[in-house]
Amino acid sequence: MLQLKSVSKRYKTGDLALKNVTLEIPDGQVLALIGPSGAGKSTLIRCINRLVDPTEGSITLGDLEISSLSSWALRKARRRMGMIFQEYALVERLTVMENVLSGRLGYVGFWQSWFRRFPAKDIKEAYRLLDRVGLAHMADKRADELSGGQRQRVGIARALIQDPALLLVDEPTASLDPKTSRQIMRLICELCDERKLSAIINIHDVLLAQMFAKRVVGLQLGEIVYDGPPDGLGPDVLTQIYGEEDWEATIRKVEDEDEEGAEEAALS
Amino acid sequence: MTDIQNQTEYPGKWKRPPLIKRGWLRWSLWIGAAIYLSLALGTMDINWGRVAEGLPRGQKFIAAFFPPDFTSRWESILDGILESIWMTVIATVAGIALSVPVGLGAARNLAPLPVYLICRSIVAISRTFPEIILAIFAVKLFGFGPFAGFLALSIATVGFFAKLLAEDIENMDPVQAEAIKSTGASWLQWINYAVQPQVMPRMIGLSMYRLDINFRESAVVGIVGGGGIGATLLTAFDRYEFDSAAAILIVIIVIVIGLEYLSGYLRRWVQ
Repeated sequence: MLQLKSVSKRYKTGDLALKNVTLEIPDGQVLALIGPSGAGKSTLIRCINRLVDPTEGSITLGDLEISSLSSWALRKARRRMGMIFQEYALVERLTVMENVLSGRLGYVGFWQSWFRRFPAKDIKEAYRLLDRVGLAHMADKRADELSGGQRQRVGIARALIQDPALLLVDEPTASLDPKTSRQIMRLICELCDERKLSAIINIHDVLLAQMFAKRVVGLQLGEIVYDGPPDGLGPDVLTQIYGEEDWEATIRKVEDEDEEGAEEAALS
Repeated sequence: MTDIQNQTEYPGKWKRPPLIKRGWLRWSLWIGAAIYLSLALGTMDINWGRVAEGLPRGQKFIAAFFPPDFTSRWESILDGILESIWMTVIATVAGIALSVPVGLGAARNLAPLPVYLICRSIVAISRTFPEIILAIFAVKLFGFGPFAGFLALSIATVGFFAKLLAEDIENMDPVQAEAIKSTGASWLQWINYAVQPQVMPRMIGLSMYRLDINFRESAVVGIVGGGGIGATLLTAFDRYEFDSAAAILIVIIVIVIGLEYLSGYLRRWVQ
């Protein structure tokens, strides 16, 4: 269970990125966080693993109060939170294997990681995960030789090898084509289901959010303006989140694409 | 659509806006620069008579270089070259080893402000003094010989290498760094997995480049007493053995060209 209690973040520039956000995510729930650019989605998930320090409020994962940890305890807490990034964020000059194993850095000592002598258990798990995301033959390739979709799969493997309780996913599909986007979203959701992980997925594609998440939270200017099931996203709610626009087309398209998605799943 | 196009007359000419928008400022800068240059040229006071005298003397000087004499002083040339080479290699390695912590500290995105300021000042100080000044200091402090040269070259290497390392770190991709941080990596692991892979190819190239510079500077450093081939060269000039000096210069040129070729090759290889 992840709990956010009146979390606010004010950047040094004075911008208030989050206003009094309160949110509760039970174990095993996949939540889509939607909202326009600059609504504070990235800030929100970065507050949870403290890549950004919240200004006010408390965040607890299980019974661990994350917002007040020392830097050593924070390292240990971060191991339980896997993060997946928009531009994949693989270290480009390292091999695929090193990128996946870097997910274990929180568990091994410095010299072990320096000499790339990870425990056999970790290496086995890395191969298993690479196989699970369909990249077992790519282990020794350099990360910058992969395509966008493949890189994101490596990113997913890196997050999962941390053995996390929670996935923080920041715009996983923003740099991918529509088909790959769906495959990646499906993969993330399947893996969460397999491992009973909870996940927060930032996504600005409303359609994808509706297709894959059980719960949608709408963020606008740092405030939660919608929290409910995906089919509750009517034109008035979308207008409230994103502003005035003709939403009928978007909503109608969802049903069409749902079928398409089902076909695709049947094919693959 | 067509209505709008007919209504508005668009200009057919366009000029790039000038860098300095105010016309008077732009022109006065040009005129000021022209006046200064002509005045400066006027003060130089070239004595054409002496230039005319110097030219034939230069011819004789160059003629004395030929043929270069490799044999009669070969042993001291070889000693000097070997001394220069080991001085260069040790100074480069020591300088780079010192540069790594200073460079990490001088990168604003890694270091807290006090550390940053200290490391930046170390870089600034060692960059203020050219190798030859550092060598003069070192010779005064520790006496003649290659140790002074080694010291001067190492310090100069820190100024050069730490600055470029810090700048490269500041330009790294922050998202890759964030990703490693979010796995729960310690600071050292973070440097090893997120920062080092991003800066390594350029650092290898720069090390080779610095080796090249240090060898050339080792000749200069030798002239003020820092040992190595520079000292041999100076002795040759002092004894008016211009043919031996020519041999030394040729050896230096060959080694510099060889190093340059090698460093170019290595840099292409690591990219």
